[in-house]
Amino acid sequence: MKAIIAATIIGVIMMFASILSNNKSGIVSLATVLFFFLFGINIWEVYESINATGVAAPAYLNNMMSLDSFAIWFSMLMSGCALLYILLLGKEIAKVGKHVGEYFALIAFIMVGIYLLAGYSNMLMLFIGIEILSIPQYILAGSDKRNLKSTEASLKYFLMGSFSTGILLMGIAMLYGATGSFDIINFRMLQTDALNPLALSGILFLIIGLGFKVSAAPMHMWTPDVYDGSPTPFTAFMSTIVKAGVFVAFLRLFHASFGNLTNHWMMIVAVITATTLFIGNITAVFQQSVKRMLAYSSIAQAGFMLFAILSVNATAWQGIVIYAVAYSVATIGMFAVLIKLKDYTYDGFNGLAKKEPALAFFTTIFLMSLAGIPLTGGFMAKYFVLLAAVQQGQVMWLVIFALIMAAVSVYYYFKVIIAMYFKTGEAELNHEVTGYDKLMLGITCLLVILIGLMPQLLLNL
Amino acid sequence: MNEISLNHYLFVSCALFFIGVYGFLTRRNLITMLMAIELILNSININFIVFNKFLFPDKLDGLFFTIFIITIAAAEAAVAIAIIINLYRNYKTIDVEETNTMKF
Repeated sequence: MKAIIAATIIGVIMMFASILSNNKSGIVSLATVLFFFLFGINIWEVYESINATGVAAPAYLNNMMSLDSFAIWFSMLMSGCALLYILLLGKEIAKVGKHVGEYFALIAFIMVGIYLLAGYSNMLMLFIGIEILSIPQYILAGSDKRNLKSTEASLKYFLMGSFSTGILLMGIAMLYGATGSFDIINFRMLQTDALNPLALSGILFLIIGLGFKVSAAPMHMWTPDVYDGSPTPFTAFMSTIVKAGVFVAFLRLFHASFGNLTNHWMMIVAVITATTLFIGNITAVFQQSVKRMLAYSSIAQAGFMLFAILSVNATAWQGIVIYAVAYSVATIGMFAVLIKLKDYTYDGFNGLAKKEPALAFFTTIFLMSLAGIPLTGGFMAKYFVLLAAVQQGQVMWLVIFALIMAAVSVYYYFKVIIAMYFKTGEAELNHEVTGYDKLMLGITCLLVILIGLMPQLLLNL
Repeated sequence: MNEISLNHYLFVSCALFFIGVYGFLTRRNLITMLMAIELILNSININFIVFNKFLFPDKLDGLFFTIFIITIAAAEAAVAIAIIINLYRNYKTIDVEETNTMKF
């Protein structure tokens, strides 16, 4: 709860800072300090929850939030990722437009949404969390106001986002009609046999509404355009931390509430997973722009994260934590490299290894993690979510299909590595890579490898 | 005279929902699409209130949910109008068919 309050206050401070000062680098430094502070508060909360073992999870806001140890731990990890994001891309955020303070304020408000989604126990908090998370994103997507692509991205995101909110709310309304409650614990009383058709259609609407938010196929149509059109630093945020936050909300709802109804929704989610994996990976192969390829790759990675929802067991919770962090860290690093290049196509990477060997090496590590090569975080992430599905044992065909699709993904990730190392050309950079950039990218790289070697560090629940 | 029952209300709400979905999918004018979204949200509001009144009258859960939906819909509409104005400045139109800079 402290983190939620702190993040709100940070958002307000950033808005006032942008009124009082025009100094861009000053505002970036202030934001960095405040996000360090937020991360510190999260660690404090984790420390408190470790000391309070045996005590029931404290309930806040009239039992609408139950901040159990998982919620607090996940919030802490997401704050860490957000801090890493600001350290890596803070200067680039300042270059998007004039209103630098507001961008950081919106990011802080999105963090509030993520904390709410990590620990909600009432459908009202799910709805409010999703909206707090979405509305700032519509603005961030359109923050490059003179750019046609950015405007279009924000329009598409808004239209699809609010439509999916409507569907999500319809699902909540139907579940309310069936059970008379918004508490996710009360949904457990839904009977497995002779299930109320109202509840069943409510679950279906919820799958579609949340599927829109996590960009699962066939509800993924907005994703490539929005991620391609938005200013690159905000794409990095939207496709990683935000998506992970929504996934945890999805997981919480379907494991805590509908865990005993798996025979009703298992097949639907399995088909959605297969479609997501197929469309994400196959379409990514044909892309010319690396930014658009990363957008499709984020759809493909969402397909892997859906495995955690399919398999109702404890490993799935571990899997989603590792996947969220490993994927976020590697993708943020990848976007931090991409933003330094003038040309976002594959040809823009030609000959980068000769010009900036360190940058090319870091990119290679990030891409290997995304593809799931052993010794990187991405491998352990994929291993844990697939292990959860194997333990669950009902969707073996899907696990095999996912392995084939992971092999396909190696092709389009390695196309970038081939362009960097084996093709001749002059990769043009926007500006010189400073020592600070290299240091931060090196730390990100170390994190990726550390997660790959010791994933249990992330599971200290 | 029969009383107006739960089913009558649910019929209205369902009709409004699908009119909203139909309008959202067929109309190309952004303001009309925004109106369609509001129609969807309001049909859900009717749903919540009617379920509350007829099925679970002892608590006011559904009513309070409705108040939250109205508030957030207002916030969303404010952002939507800002986006539409920005779009009009850049494209000189509010027709969604014209906004096709990005293709698959």
